[in-house]
Amino acid sequence: MSSISSASSSRVIEWPVVVGRVRRVIFYAILIFWTLLSIAPLYFTLVFSLKPVVDAYTPPIWWPVPFTFANYQTILETFDLFPRWVVNSINISVIVTLLRVLFCAMAGYSFARIEFPFKKIIFNVLLVSMMMPGVVTLIPSFLIIGPGLIRGGISLGQLTLPTGFNLIDSPWGVILPGVADAFGVFMMTQFYKSFPKELEEAAMMDGSGRWGTFFRIVLPISQTQLLTLGLLTFQGAWNNFMWPLLVLRSPEFFTLPIGLQWFRGEYYTLYSVVLAGSLFNTLPMLIIFFVFQRYFIRSIASTGSKEG
Amino acid sequence: MNLSIKNKKTSEAVTGYLFISPWLIIFTIFSIVSLAYAIYLSFTSYNLLKPPQWWGLEGYLRVFDDDLFLKKALPNTFKYVLIVVPLQTALSLVLAFAMDQKLRFQRIFRTLFYLPSVTSSVVISLIFIWIFAPQGIFNQITRLSVNWLDNPRTAFYVIMGMNIFTTSGTLMLIFLAGLQDISPSIYEASQIDGANPIQTFFYITIPMIRPVIFFVVTVGIIGCFQVFDQIFVMTAGGPLDSTTTVTYLIYKWAFRDTTIKMGQASALAVVLTFIILAITILQRRVIEGSGSSAES
Repeated sequence: MSSISSASSSRVIEWPVVVGRVRRVIFYAILIFWTLLSIAPLYFTLVFSLKPVVDAYTPPIWWPVPFTFANYQTILETFDLFPRWVVNSINISVIVTLLRVLFCAMAGYSFARIEFPFKKIIFNVLLVSMMMPGVVTLIPSFLIIGPGLIRGGISLGQLTLPTGFNLIDSPWGVILPGVADAFGVFMMTQFYKSFPKELEEAAMMDGSGRWGTFFRIVLPISQTQLLTLGLLTFQGAWNNFMWPLLVLRSPEFFTLPIGLQWFRGEYYTLYSVVLAGSLFNTLPMLIIFFVFQRYFIRSIASTGSKEG
Repeated sequence: MNLSIKNKKTSEAVTGYLFISPWLIIFTIFSIVSLAYAIYLSFTSYNLLKPPQWWGLEGYLRVFDDDLFLKKALPNTFKYVLIVVPLQTALSLVLAFAMDQKLRFQRIFRTLFYLPSVTSSVVISLIFIWIFAPQGIFNQITRLSVNWLDNPRTAFYVIMGMNIFTTSGTLMLIFLAGLQDISPSIYEASQIDGANPIQTFFYITIPMIRPVIFFVVTVGIIGCFQVFDQIFVMTAGGPLDSTTTVTYLIYKWAFRDTTIKMGQASALAVVLTFIILAITILQRRVIEGSGSSAES
């Protein structure tokens, strides 16, 4: 060690200059290589969506020659299911996002601020349930949304209590299980716990009840956090596949991911149309990402820091 | 006086429950009741037509006597986790480390790296089917003529590569947030001590972000054990069951096979849950263990 440190007065100055330059080149090379790779699938999709449908596997691959909008015309005019799928996707994703953010904010606020019996127990159940892999509740959730846990329901004398919502092939069957989960409430609870109480207390002093305070003061001042959770939810709902695949049966009710997969199966020779259609799924998400980039990065970083 | 305080407490409790009630009702139905019913179903035979019939451990015995599970789904899933989790963790850590070097255009790189993660699992799968088709772009660029997704020796690796590629953006952002939390003075101190960049990475960076590594590995394990969308879209478990995973098998038994086996599928789902929990706990021990020895 001592031999290094005695000779090091020059080295300390040297390595940032020489090694530093080499290091910079290496890091730039890594970053540029990965950037190109990240863009590639989207770029090729765009190029081939602008080529004739018979040229789905024909070179050139780098630019759209011959150029045509025919695939987009097919989507908008011939297969009117495509616009329907986009509308279905928007409807479902927006409703899931609004309800989940509201329900999670309400529950998170309550866990953070209000005293009620069994609060600790309920919150601990919530924490444990975050460890459960989603696939274990898949089959019962399907039965609850569909035919019911017990066929024909539970009979209570004259009354029959149904055990299922009978929502197969309905958008509400996709929406319902998505609006209340453990992670969202956990995230909002942590947020409100670390949030100063003074403003709320002032409002309560002025005679606002809990509800008035929550909707007039708490929700507006926590909008950044709500937006963060909302973006995370929207992306999940917009791209969701497994659950809508089980619930939705008729093509007119499909969301865009289910529709694209179904269309690929039915018309596998029209792959350029699939590529053009896939951009209707990717581009809106991309625009939302560009606009709200800061919040997206925050939301993803926050999922990591909960353990850290 | 006493009464009014008691009343106030009661009304607070009622308000508290009203606030959590929309969430609590739906959460109870789809998480608590669902979980309990999944465990019940795993001890029954159920084909949707007749009510569930109690048959004890028969479902579990059938799971562990099933060739598709023992010889394909289980080894495939472990192979998938063992390859994808380390590679996606290492790759995203390297990308985040390169990103954290105060280089120019950092924001542009960060944005573009996230592109594959914005794309939905179905869309990226549809694009990869087409890129890896016999006449697809990949074969055109590399001048190979492999039928990647119809070959039992290559199909699974294409799916693995694709998922490493798509998850790296999200994981990179998580690592980057962790790296930016490390105080610059620690790096300066290590530079004064004469540490080179590689030593700095292994002796400063990695120990400092161990909690983030634990989180990324945990999320990776839980996600990889449940891989489904990409397999459903790209290969439907084939060719020759070479891409059948445990979650795909659960789906197949419960929803796709001509004779629906919801009880047996539930038994497999319970088994998978235990596997995931056990491995998550185990890896926590390993990461924490290696940490304490490095610090001493």
